[in-house]
Amino acid sequence: MFNYPKKLMYTETHEWVKKEGDIYVVGISDYAQDALGDIVFVNLPEVDDEVFVQEPFGDVESVKAVSDLYSPVSGVICAVNEDLLDNPALLNEDPYRNWLIKVEDVSDTEEFLDAESYQQFCESQG
Amino acid sequence: MASYVVNTRKQQQQMLRELKLETLDDLFVDVPASVRLESLNIPQGQSELEVYHEMSEISSKNTVFKHIFRGGGAYNHYIPSIVNAVVSKEEFLTAYTPYQPEISQGILQSIFEYQTQMCQLSGLDVSNASVYDGAVAAAEAALMLQERRKSDILVAETVNPQLLQVLKTYCESRDVKVITVKAIDYAVDFNDLKEKLNDTIAGVIVQSPNFYGLIEDVKAISELTHSHGGKVIMHTNPIALALLKNAKELDADICTAEGQPLGMPLAFGGPYLGIMTCKKELMRKLPGRIVGQTVDTNNQRCFVLTLQAREQHIRREKASSNICSNQALCAMRASVYCAALGPDGLRQVAKNSASNAHYLARKLMEITGFELKSTKEFFNEFLMSCPIDNEKLVAGLAEKGILAGLPLGKDILWCATEVNTKKEIDNLVEIIKEVL
Repeated sequence: MFNYPKKLMYTETHEWVKKEGDIYVVGISDYAQDALGDIVFVNLPEVDDEVFVQEPFGDVESVKAVSDLYSPVSGVICAVNEDLLDNPALLNEDPYRNWLIKVEDVSDTEEFLDAESYQQFCESQG
Repeated sequence: MASYVVNTRKQQQQMLRELKLETLDDLFVDVPASVRLESLNIPQGQSELEVYHEMSEISSKNTVFKHIFRGGGAYNHYIPSIVNAVVSKEEFLTAYTPYQPEISQGILQSIFEYQTQMCQLSGLDVSNASVYDGAVAAAEAALMLQERRKSDILVAETVNPQLLQVLKTYCESRDVKVITVKAIDYAVDFNDLKEKLNDTIAGVIVQSPNFYGLIEDVKAISELTHSHGGKVIMHTNPIALALLKNAKELDADICTAEGQPLGMPLAFGGPYLGIMTCKKELMRKLPGRIVGQTVDTNNQRCFVLTLQAREQHIRREKASSNICSNQALCAMRASVYCAALGPDGLRQVAKNSASNAHYLARKLMEITGFELKSTKEFFNEFLMSCPIDNEKLVAGLAEKGILAGLPLGKDILWCATEVNTKKEIDNLVEIIKEVL
């Protein structure tokens, strides 16, 4: 089934988070990329943009829908994965290696789920 | 229409029996009686002949000018009779783009052909299936350019005033600041443009030919705007595109136009047609329906709606626009009009309109008091001073069955198209001399 790496933290809006020092790396989960289907376009913010907990910071477009990406943290964007702009399908290929944004100056985070809880949450979604 | 489905009283009774109901009113029992309409205050039914007489009587009160020398946003062009013949076919005669679109391949093909023609005219990559009118097209284009750090819109003061009003209405509700760029000699004032351009400006809207008929230096505006990271919306008259440099040649990013000149009658101001085309990089922001060409499972050419994921039937309140359907029949008229004339025919209409307008200007200038307000190049409209009170001139000509130019302040905005013959123009000038 889906891959839920143990070392990552997750949100109920299907983003994953990894802490690297003071920087939070954000991506979408394997479950999310599968639910979306073939991703054809990714709309990302720019470096130095502010993001806020549980507010949209961009969107991903698949052949069937456009879905918002919700920020799991409040802070300032310090890097954007520009490879995705040229090749959005990378998110389908490997959602855990292909991160979306990196956030610094983090002032707030939501309550993350660990891999096990997130897997349970996804399975309860049917 | 052959597919008009009648139902007789007898059939209605049959259907009611099938539903185990007594009367038609039983179908509405879920609607509270308090909000149900008891009766309408309208006369009893009349025969077709009686209705025809009454409506003819009412419509005869309209003044329909035989000779029109006014534009100002709507233009009196000849419409080949094939346009009405084709769009009156019942297969096409609906105001809506279909709700189950792929089943209506003919409609989708007609829209695809319309889009192709609009791209050929503007020179840009992608066209939508049209919006309500030119002003809406320009306003929607402004919203296409919204970015997190760039949202202000500069708009040339020389655009049609109606466009400006619609733009402000659209932008106000989205907290988008609209800043006007002043005019000098009835065209964009480059000094004012330079002063107002900065990196918070999302885009600049310029109309060419502008409201005064003058050809703006769109190329220079594009260069200047792009150097500040903004985009250019060129609003135009589609007939002019057949003769003048198109949006691609002038390096505009979006091209919008009032499509009425392409086969739509003046019809008291509508329904008209909003043309929207853009560069490929902006296609995901283009609102409304877009028809694409593909192949089906048998590898046969077919048509589908495409790039719909951002539209409201999928993205609800987060949709990129509120455009869901429009008068697709108007787009169809534009398409048939372009096909009937062909590229050479369209160019001929543009050439004749421009040359008739220049002849009109020359003849009017023979009368003392009519002077061109600007020496800049114009297309088929031009602003002139007026030797007498302009409203008096308009009233005087109206008595002779002529619609004069549009009074603007103390001046008058004249227009000619291919329908205004040399003889008609000579006659106008003689009548003006009498009126004076």
